[in-house]
Amino acid sequence: MTTKIIPPTFITQSEEQLDKGYDPRVAQGLMGFVKPYYGQMLFALALMVVVTAASVSGPYFVKLAIDEGVNAKDPIALRNIVLVYLLVSIVQLGFNYWRVRIMSRVGQHVLYDVRTTMFAHLQRLSLSFYNRYSVGRVITRVINDVGTLREFVTWAVLAIVRNLLGIVGTLIAMIALNFKLSLLTFAVLPLMVFATIAFRKAARKNYRKVRAAVSWANSILAENVNGVRVVQAFSRQQRNHQTFSGYVNRYFLETSLDAAWVASLFTPVIDVLGALATALVVYIGGTAVLGESITAGVLIAFVLYIDRFFEPIRDLSRRFDTLQSTMAGGERILELLKTPVEVRDEENANEMESITGAVRFGHVSFHYSDDPALVLDQIDLDVKPGETVALVGETGAGKTTIVKLLARFHDPTEGCVLVDGVDLRTVTQQSLRRQMGMVLQDPFLFNGTVKENILFGRLDAKDEEVIAAAKAVGAHDFIINLKNGYDTSVEEGGVTLSVGQRQLISFARALLANPRILILDEATSSVDTQTEHIIQSALATLLKGRTSFVIAHRLSTITNADKIVVIEGGKIVEQGTHTELLTKQGVYYDLYRTGFQE
Amino acid sequence: MKNLIRTAAFLKPYAWQVIATLVMLLTLTGLNLLVPRIIQNVIDDGLLRGDTTYLIRSALLLLGLGLGSALLGMGNRYGSEWVAAHVGYDLRNRMYDHIQYLPFSYHDHAQSGQLISRCIEDVRAIERFAGSSIPELVRFVFLTIGILAVMVSANATLALISLLPMIPLILMTASFGTKIGKLFFAVDMAVGEVSNRLQENVTGVQVVRAFAREQYEIRRFEAANKDVFVKWLHVIDEWAKIMPTTNWLITIGTILILYFGGQMVIDGTLTIGAVVAFNAYLLMMAEPAQALTGLVNAGGEAAAGAQRVFEVLDTEPDIRSKKDALTLSTLRGEVEFRNVSLKYQDEKVSSLSDVNLQVHRNQIVALIGPTGSGKTSLINLIPRFYDVTDGAVLIDRHDVRDVELTSLRRQIGIVLQTSLLFSDTIKANIAYGRPDATDEEIFAAAKAAQAHEFIESFTKGYETIVGERGVTLSGGQRQRVAIARALLMDPRILILDDSLSSVDTQTEKLIQSALDVLMEGRTTFVIAHRLSTVRRADMILVMDKGQIVEHGTHDELLARGGLYKEIHDLQLMQRDGFEEAMIESILTEKPQHENTIIAGRSNSG
Ligand SMILES: Nc1ncnc2c1ncn2[C@@H]1O[C@H](COP(=O)(O)OP(=O)(O)O)[C@@H](O)[C@H]1O
Ligand SMILES: Nc1ncnc2c1ncn2[C@@H]1O[C@H](COP(=O)(O)OP(=O)(O)O)[C@@H](O)[C@H]1O
Ligand SMILES: [Mg+2]
Repeated sequence: MTTKIIPPTFITQSEEQLDKGYDPRVAQGLMGFVKPYYGQMLFALALMVVVTAASVSGPYFVKLAIDEGVNAKDPIALRNIVLVYLLVSIVQLGFNYWRVRIMSRVGQHVLYDVRTTMFAHLQRLSLSFYNRYSVGRVITRVINDVGTLREFVTWAVLAIVRNLLGIVGTLIAMIALNFKLSLLTFAVLPLMVFATIAFRKAARKNYRKVRAAVSWANSILAENVNGVRVVQAFSRQQRNHQTFSGYVNRYFLETSLDAAWVASLFTPVIDVLGALATALVVYIGGTAVLGESITAGVLIAFVLYIDRFFEPIRDLSRRFDTLQSTMAGGERILELLKTPVEVRDEENANEMESITGAVRFGHVSFHYSDDPALVLDQIDLDVKPGETVALVGETGAGKTTIVKLLARFHDPTEGCVLVDGVDLRTVTQQSLRRQMGMVLQDPFLFNGTVKENILFGRLDAKDEEVIAAAKAVGAHDFIINLKNGYDTSVEEGGVTLSVGQRQLISFARALLANPRILILDEATSSVDTQTEHIIQSALATLLKGRTSFVIAHRLSTITNADKIVVIEGGKIVEQGTHTELLTKQGVYYDLYRTGFQE
Repeated sequence: MKNLIRTAAFLKPYAWQVIATLVMLLTLTGLNLLVPRIIQNVIDDGLLRGDTTYLIRSALLLLGLGLGSALLGMGNRYGSEWVAAHVGYDLRNRMYDHIQYLPFSYHDHAQSGQLISRCIEDVRAIERFAGSSIPELVRFVFLTIGILAVMVSANATLALISLLPMIPLILMTASFGTKIGKLFFAVDMAVGEVSNRLQENVTGVQVVRAFAREQYEIRRFEAANKDVFVKWLHVIDEWAKIMPTTNWLITIGTILILYFGGQMVIDGTLTIGAVVAFNAYLLMMAEPAQALTGLVNAGGEAAAGAQRVFEVLDTEPDIRSKKDALTLSTLRGEVEFRNVSLKYQDEKVSSLSDVNLQVHRNQIVALIGPTGSGKTSLINLIPRFYDVTDGAVLIDRHDVRDVELTSLRRQIGIVLQTSLLFSDTIKANIAYGRPDATDEEIFAAAKAAQAHEFIESFTKGYETIVGERGVTLSGGQRQRVAIARALLMDPRILILDDSLSSVDTQTEKLIQSALDVLMEGRTTFVIAHRLSTVRRADMILVMDKGQIVEHGTHDELLARGGLYKEIHDLQLMQRDGFEEAMIESILTEKPQHENTIIAGRSNSG
């Protein structure tokens, strides 16, 4: 039974390219995280050897107690032997406790390292990555897939070693006992190897699908939780539920069942092989006993050994299940970690020095990675320090894209962007952006207080500075009227504030950063006329000495700019001052004539 | 514990499967106990009597038993996984559906990362428990009772002595059980927080980058991550205490048997064979004793998960249709607010106070006013996204609380202020409210929203997939798709919440004129800041501090000389400045263009 549901390609796309059987690189990649803890693991291993020795010695103490104490009718000897046994068991307890603690700590450390590494990598990945990778998928990678490692690093690693030790030990004992009967037992080994290989293939495929299912479910959940207001506004609940239960969740169910099926097949197969070996030994060994070539004791011991031989194999097969699931999770973790960073700092990148604010776009062309159509086409632009540039044009003309290139969210596909004559690709992103302030088109606030959100612009700012920034954008009045003033907590995404209020807070945030280059992308589009007017009159002082890029549709914001740049279809079609452009009676003139005529 | 019992209720639909799994498990345990007997017989009978056929029979029997128990083992494993997977499936469905119906006010304060981790991770824990732990528990009880019975019947004194260590074991396990649930709950909360951090950093990635706050965010993440680490260590420390101790207590049992049993043998009251047999029984107890720890552990994990899941499921959506709710047929579109006040959950001040409003069918109502004055709050009451704290909202004279929600919302087309799209094709996004719409209808809606042109300009046109939340579109493009989405509903009541804020003036004009046609024959609410949008309305509401401070037509309000006039003058001033400059430049430079100005918008579209 395999599922007929096909999840969208972006969920499964990694499958084909990864589907080449066992990939030692996955194991290696994961071992890289374990490496720093080799010392501790070796120590735990040593502890385990002691513990195993102590536990193996148990039957020996029983034998001693019976032979020397009970049979010899010597109560003192009995007491002494029992006391030693007790002592050994206490040592075993202590060491065992120690071992579990060390190993589980190592396990948690590894998980911590993996998660932190992933997050740090996420912080470096360029923005285009986030167009493709949904919130749900990121969460799946960092939480669920890392979770599959837990069992593995905490228990499985040592258990595997222990089982292997057990198998080898038993093998040696069996061979020492009777070589022919051993061979008989080993006759089933090829079958076992074959079963294991077949299982591994099937299990791996299935677990990969399970990981994909988790990913899909997480994506759908995340998106619908985030968009729940739209869901309700359009009464989509029923249909969404059908999609979820009929496809996404059903895929989850079916892949889980497939994986369960293969897993539940494997252990019994090993059991049957074990029974086969026992039956063979009983029959052939028994005949041998009858023919008096071996003693009954040897036969009994052998039967016990077969059990000891198969027990670790059975345990291994259970671990193997974990291992397969870990491998599938590990693959996806590494896939994320190996995603190349598109916008990266050069190795010899310099710190951007204190910016004076000259900006130049030289023959810049650009398209987003998922669509080959040019969004910007041969942009040439020269801005002097301290100038205010207004970008105008239809929505979708490419205005936001221009400022994104200036902040180096993306690198141009052609041409170069220079600040103070320095190509942005030669300096570190941090040093560049630290001197920039942006108010993005979509105001985004973090979970935290209003003050914390403004402080995001400059963490060490004083309270007075925060208030001054808020006042400058006309946000102070509404903030002090909130429940706890500046300490009012803002919910995820700022949903308990009106959109205009969110815009004002993110405006204040950008001002507080005291940037050399300020970018205002429709910063006040949802703000009322009067507040906007307040900001307008403050803006002249606010923009003084900074180079600024302003995108706005309301004229008042634009007219005072030193330079107005008109963008159409990704090209600059006109630039100049307000009066110059009006005089020219070109696109700008048309644009606003229609806009302002009643 | 309470939560676990509730969890068991999810097994109900699968009672038969659970019982079948259980039967297989018990039979399997029985079969396993048979094997030593057979081998004992082989030794005692087959070998001693020198009977070859007996050997063959035993060998075949062993093989048969092996096959049988393999089949049972397979059935049991698959059965329990099957039950687990189905329980998980049901739970996820319920969670998903429940979350969809929880009202705005819940989601205002909920953290999405936590919600998601409850749906996936916590459900997993419950699933594991229900599927495998419950049958295991039954087996444990049977096995323990069996072994105890055998031991006590063999030698009651020795049984009591050797079982002495069981007392601390049970006590320890019990205390472990009470502690571990809480510890797992802490782990789950910490994981939820990590999930929140991720969620926020992905959604707000542009802000983090823009302010070069990557290191800061990494530190915050590390703190959350460290918390998971620490909370797990607490769990693990409990494990590290109980697991080795369980083994040790069993060994202590052996030691007790050896010592006291040995004394008895020396005293001649017991045989050596009995001592050895007793030890064997005790060792048989070891397996279920260890399994018990695992069970209690899984129980704790599931209980913690269940608590988190039930926290969500137990939240009754307070905005839901009443049982005897009225299903609305086609609306006339009259809207009335009667002394409406609205105070959001946990807020001190009301966001709307004493709002009265009467809108006739097919009227166009415009709302204007300062940021945060309550415009969005007001229109959110019409589709009943929130319930009023006081007063009533009536549609066609029915209180919205008395009508069937879907029948109401289906007739309202709303363009929310933040125009969120889903990561799907543009076409599917437009058809979101009416998935059965034909292509022509979709194109028509897109054309009216001035979206058709730019959509067609994409390489894949309507089949272009937009990123999550619509991130791959420009702000104005997103707004236009959202408008198309609302228009496609062909609603009786159309609500546009500041829906043109990111649209350039020229496009706005075009949408405006398309809307003029579309608004005809519908009741329409428009929130806007630009007077050009507002002035044509039949009624303009000026809001301030949660109240309607002025209302009337454009001319009436201008005549009143209040807030509206102030806004008007401000905008006029800006426009005048522009027009002056324009006229000046035209008159002085290129007088031949005068005609075009007056002729208007002929050549601009
Ligand atoms: N992240 C993205 N991935 C792909 N295409 C994008 C992305 N962001 C914007 N676009 C496309 O690039 C074009 C220009 O967008 P943008 O610069 O945001 O326009 P605007 O001038 O309105 O600011 C639009 O057609 C838009 O669909
Ligand atoms: N979900 C909410 N929870 C709590 N307070 C809210 C919520 N939504 C809005 N508010 C508050 O109510 C007031 C009115 O907001 P809103 O109606 O969005 O204003 P606007 O007139 O700008 O649309 C604001 O002070 C805002 O902070
Ligand atoms: Mg834009």
